[in-house]
Formats: sequence, C-alpha cells, structure tokens
Amino acid sequence: MRFRIYRYNPETDAKPFMQDYTLDFDACGKKVLDALIAIKDTLDESLSFRRSCREGVCGSDGVNVNGSNVLACITPLEGLSEPVTIRPLPRLGVIRDLIVDMEQFYRHYRAVKPYLINLDPEPESERLQTPQERQQLDGLWECVLCGCCTTSCPSFWWNPDRFLGPSALLQSARFVLDSRDQATDERLDFVEDPYRLFRCHGIMNCVESCPKGLNPTTAIGKIKALLVDRAL
Amino acid sequence: MINRRTFDAVIVGGGGAGLRAALTLAEANQKVALISKVFPTRSHTVSAQGGITAALANVSDDNWHWHMYDTVKGSDYLGDQDAIEFMCRNAPTAVYELEHMGLPFSRLDNGKIYQRPFGGQSQNYGGEQAIRTCAAADRTGHALLHTLYQRNIAARTQFFDEFFALDLIHDDTGSVTGVMALEIETGEPWLFEARAVLLATGGACRIFRHSTNAHINTGDGLGMVLRAGLPLEDMEFWQFHPTGIPEVGSLITEGVRGEGGYLVNKDGERFMPRYAPHALDLASRDVVARAIAQEMLAGRGCGEHGDFVLLKIDHIGADKIKERLPGIRELSMQFSGVDPCEAPIPVTPTAHYMMGGIPTNLHAQVVAPVRYGPEEAVPGLYAAGECACVSVHGANRLGGNSLLDLVVFGRAAGSHMLEYLRENPIPLPMDQDRVDAVMARLSRWDKPHGSERVSTLRADMQRIMQAHCGVYRNEALLQEGLVKLGEVAARLGDAFIEDRSRAFNTARLEALELENLMSIARATLVSALARTESRGAHAREDYPERDDDRWLRHTLYSANQDALDYKPVRLKPLTVDGFRPKARTY
Repeated sequence: MRFRIYRYNPETDAKPFMQDYTLDFDACGKKVLDALIAIKDTLDESLSFRRSCREGVCGSDGVNVNGSNVLACITPLEGLSEPVTIRPLPRLGVIRDLIVDMEQFYRHYRAVKPYLINLDPEPESERLQTPQERQQLDGLWECVLCGCCTTSCPSFWWNPDRFLGPSALLQSARFVLDSRDQATDERLDFVEDPYRLFRCHGIMNCVESCPKGLNPTTAIGKIKALLVDRAL
Repeated sequence: MINRRTFDAVIVGGGGAGLRAALTLAEANQKVALISKVFPTRSHTVSAQGGITAALANVSDDNWHWHMYDTVKGSDYLGDQDAIEFMCRNAPTAVYELEHMGLPFSRLDNGKIYQRPFGGQSQNYGGEQAIRTCAAADRTGHALLHTLYQRNIAARTQFFDEFFALDLIHDDTGSVTGVMALEIETGEPWLFEARAVLLATGGACRIFRHSTNAHINTGDGLGMVLRAGLPLEDMEFWQFHPTGIPEVGSLITEGVRGEGGYLVNKDGERFMPRYAPHALDLASRDVVARAIAQEMLAGRGCGEHGDFVLLKIDHIGADKIKERLPGIRELSMQFSGVDPCEAPIPVTPTAHYMMGGIPTNLHAQVVAPVRYGPEEAVPGLYAAGECACVSVHGANRLGGNSLLDLVVFGRAAGSHMLEYLRENPIPLPMDQDRVDAVMARLSRWDKPHGSERVSTLRADMQRIMQAHCGVYRNEALLQEGLVKLGEVAARLGDAFIEDRSRAFNTARLEALELENLMSIARATLVSALARTESRGAHAREDYPERDDDRWLRHTLYSANQDALDYKPVRLKPLTVDGFRPKARTY
C-alpha cells in the first residue's frame, strides 16, 4: 500500500516536504494508525506522530487523511485511495511531522471555563438530576478534544485567535445545559461576542469531521437560542 | 544546560490518581507541578468503561462492608484488609465528591446516580447479586478523567504536558528530592525539585502482545522505582480481562454482562453455569478468563483457530444497547465489524490490569524494607493508582474497583503529602551526582551504531510474555520464558536509534519506555516462577491449589540480582473483624 506523508523536522528541514512510503502488508481490518506504526517500526523510525489509546477515545491522533480530518486509529485503510495522503491537522503550527501545536485549541477550551460552577453548599449525597435533564448533556460530554472539528472550520482558519471554534463552543454548551450549573448567565455573557461565537456561520464542517459523531453546530444553535431567549 | 524548576510537590502522571492528588494539593494552595508524557486527557483512565464501584444502595440494598467482603474474596485473600476497608468505606464519599465536581453520571428515574451489576458483587457476604457500579453510560473513565482535569484547570494546577519522567533523585538517606524529566517537544532535560513526589504513572500491560492497554502504558514509574533500588510488590499478578477484542485488544466492558449479556461457545452453549453455577457470567474476572481458556483448550472456541468465544447482548434490545453501551457498540463495529444489536461480539481473554506495583501503605506512601521493618516509608515518595500496590486488589481485581482505587488513594496521597510538606518545610540538598547519572543513562541512546532495533526487541519481549506468562503458567514455561527474555535483555545492549534529533523524538521515547518494560517483564517472570501455588490471576498448572500455609504473603522483587523477599498480608482491617481465607467459589 502506498502512502504520501507530510514531513518536517525543525532541526534539519528548511521547509516541509511530502515523503512516499510503500508498505508491504495486509490492510484488511487495519486502520491508518496501524500503517503509521508499521512505517515507523519497519521503514523509518524518524516518522513522528502522537498516539495513545488506539481505539478512538483519547483524541491523540487527529490527522488529515486524503483531505479529511480523522482519528488515525479508527479510520480503516480499506477503501482509501492511494497514495494515502496524510498531513497534520490544518491551521495549527507544526512541531514535527504530524504533530501539531495544540496550545491555541486548548486555550479556547480553558477560556469557556470547562468546569461545573455551583456555589450551593454540597449536599450529603449526590445532587439530583432527572434522566431527562441528564439527557441534555448527551452528545456534548463525549468530546475527546482531538481538534478534528475546530481545525476543519473555515471560521477558525480566518480567526484562530478570536473565534472559539466548534470544540470549545460544544464544551461551553455542555456546562450551559447542565441542570446543576449556576453560571449560565456568565457563560452566555462570555460567548456573546461577534468573534467568540458569532463567527460560526453554520458551515457544518465540524459535524462532518467529528470522529465521535457529535454535532457542534446543533450545540452552537442551542447556545444561540438561549441568547435569543435571554434577550426577549 | 539542565532546566530547573522548584515546587512543593511534583506529580508524575496525569491520569485519575495523579489529577485527584494534584487537586487536593492545588486547592490547599501548594505549589504543585503535574508532569505527564501526554496531554492529561489522553491518559489511559479515559479508556475505563463500565464504572466506579461504591455501595450507594441506589438500586439494590447495599453497604460498604459487603463491598469489602467481595473485594477481599475477589483478591483471593491476598489483598490487605486495612487498605480494603479504607477504600470501600470511603467509596460513597469519593463518588459523591465526583458528582459534586460535575461528573455526568447516568441517572435513575429518581434522579440518583445510575448503578449496574458487575462481576463478583454480592449482598450479604456472598448472597444475591449486588448492583454497585456507578456509571456514565459506558464511558465512565472518560467522564471521570475529563472532570478531574477540568477541576484542576479551575484550581490552577501547573501542568507540564508532554514531559517524560526519567528518574527519581534522592539523597544518601533515601529521601526523595526531585524528578528528572525530558521535555518532549524540545528534547531538553529538566530537573524538578520538590519535597514530595507522587508516582501515578499507570499500568504496564504493554509487556504483553495482546493487551487492552494504551500504547503509553509502559510502566515508567515502576522502572524508576526499580532503578532507585526499591522493590516491586506482587508482580506475578496480571489480570486477563475475559472480554477483549481478539488481535486488536480493545476492551469490551464487564458492563455488557452486567446489563444482561452472556458468553457462548462455538456450539452456542452458555458455558458459564458449568464454571460458576451461582454468579454465572458475573463471576470474578480470573474465573471467567480461565473458563474461556478451558473452553478454547477443549476445542469449543469459535473461528478457524478456535481462539475466541462469543458475547451475546442483542437480546436486551437495540434501544437499551444504544443508551447504556454506546461506546461498546462503536468499538465493536469499528474493530470487529459486528453490531452488537444484531450479532454477538467475538471476545478472548486479554491482558488488562497490573495488580502488583510499587508497594505503598494506605496513605499512598511508598514503603520498602529499607532498614528496620518490611514497611518503612520512603521519605517524600508516594505512589497511587495502577502503578501502586497498596494492596486492595490482591491476586485479582474486581471490575469497577480500579477507578475507585484512583480517586480514593489519589486523594489520600494528596492529603498525606500536605501533612508531609508541613512537617518538612525545608528542601533537602540536591545530589548532583545522581543528576549526572541520569544524564549519563540518557546519553546511552546517543551512540551512533548498534545492531538491534527497539521495535524488534519490543515485539520479541511481548511475544515471550504472551506465550510464557499468560492465563495459565507452569515451571517449564516460565523458566524458558526467563531464558528467552534474558537473551532479549542482552540484545538491548546493542540497540540503537538512528534518529538522534531533539525535537519530539518519539523513537528515543520508545527506547526509554522499552527499558522500563523490560525490567517489569523480568520482575513478572521471576516473581511468577517463585510462587508455587495458584491464587487469583496467577494460575499454575503444576500447582493448581491455593496454598495459604506457604503463600498467604506478598512478593517483593528487587532488580539487584533478582532478589525476592516476602512480607505478610495484612489480615486485620482498621475497625471491623477480618475475613479469614476460605475456599473461593462463585
């Protein structure tokens, strides 16, 4: 199977280049991460990429494969057109090869205060939450912070420092919609901004690219609806 | 040339235990650094599925003492009963605390935390099945890890993400004074000075070829401890989870059986009643893993090679599966091509959890026979989570007790470190010789030539461990494994890496990780060979019975000449009567 992979080592390369590899192995049932590991183990140990859980739950190995942002570990090799072209996630700085600098992405995540704010005294046992209230969080709390959605978003490409991006906005919605959270107004105040939230134009690349099947556009829509409700 | 930073406390590892401890310290306004070789939410805690066990009695009648009984019995009586009482007693508080932090637990109709039945859980000391495991769908680890990370953001814990810990620095008296680490992005060495250090580096199932563990589970903290001349406890005990996906290794949670799933062999027979007539498919993991292995040995395994059985769950209905086991459905479709709503999932016993580890007491202090007794605290050094052996899991861990272990002992570690920091306000002098020694060890991988590749050696080691130290062991098999592993260890001296660049050199990391894995594999084989009995996950074909007269004791392995030492099991709990060893049936 043939691969074309983005290479860049800041110590030795003046600029990035694409390198071709041919891997002699049975792709049946295997994923893109298996190919990257096989290349590193048998052909070129200098090829660098992040990986951890290898089952799509840790979010380490977001990469761009044949033009789409995916998690390498759950993307089947079968059916990919050759050479399989693998690049780092777009728009973020490249540290080396497929490894990008996620700091901008994490900064937006931290900015939405991604933690429950509830100032009431803690009860002796759990705070109650009905299954219906809890259901509001489904599709939000499962985000693995891989960055596939945010780096596929044209609004983020244009304003990476000011637009929070779909992932951070999804995280904001996860707390705005939690019946136990008491900082809804504060959270809405923060995102009510021409850039932070309103650069989202509903392009929906985020929905297309989310490896976990989440829908940031719907989550953003819910935040916008709450802003409208609040204004009325 | 070496970057230096000074903190009150340093935590190595950003999984559940490390984050829980960091939170206690940061909220008490201590200057705490958490160094992790991956961004914390990439830690292996994220893969935990089924839940966290605590006797909340939200569904079935329950109390912590029953939980304690089940844990002692599950451990095949090798667990230390003071630590087990401490964990089970504190479990409800720990879970409520997580809920207060914001963990999105699934809910019952009355608004309380959802609980599901798990293996080895009983009411009334061995009676009816208890329903004790608290869950956030089948992604409880994800929910727990993200919640703890988020609380640490709020508490302003200082994170050093993508820093690889190299070695402990201690002085001549054994007091720990800091940690050496490698900044992965730049390849630069860092010296973190601290009066207290917590190791929370997780498990090491990557010594096996087939494992449910993440690539990062290379037991780095265990390697550091062995190199510091300290022992590891009970390294012969590795849990083989009954239901991993064949070849790939991904875990299929016990929660599938908790929700009503059961195992069948190639004849379509539900076989667990023959092995555990009372608990059936929810017997302890060691029991179910051996039952599957027996079925396969008897030629009743499925597939061309008869190397798996089937886990049937479709009968509970697609809606329930999608609501309660969405992650399992995803994994099964991605890695087996099977939708569990329609067809059974192929599964096989797969290396999953390390019951042994760095010996600690219930304050998470690392203890070792240094001078006076078998359990003398190493000043300033702590360990918690899977890397530690406290020992609450003994010879076999119960499902749902791992996440509990992380938060209970992570919290205990944080609290005790606070006390220790108050009592020891002055940093001890840093021993420059030891710093130099770590740098020398690191530079070993700068040598330009060699004949062996790291990836080949790692694969060889994993094959040896899989073949010689699996579900069933015997003397000849273990002996042969030890010889073969010795050969790989010798070749490690000739290993080299071509890529000697500084920036994000993952080849160098894999070499350093292999050194840790090799020392752990050796500890495992040596400890397993010596224990001539079958207990929990350690099943010796040549010694099929448990032997309490000789072996109701913990193994202590030291790297220096493979020395083995033993210490008694703590059979006396803190406040209640102990559970005396008796025959273990399910």
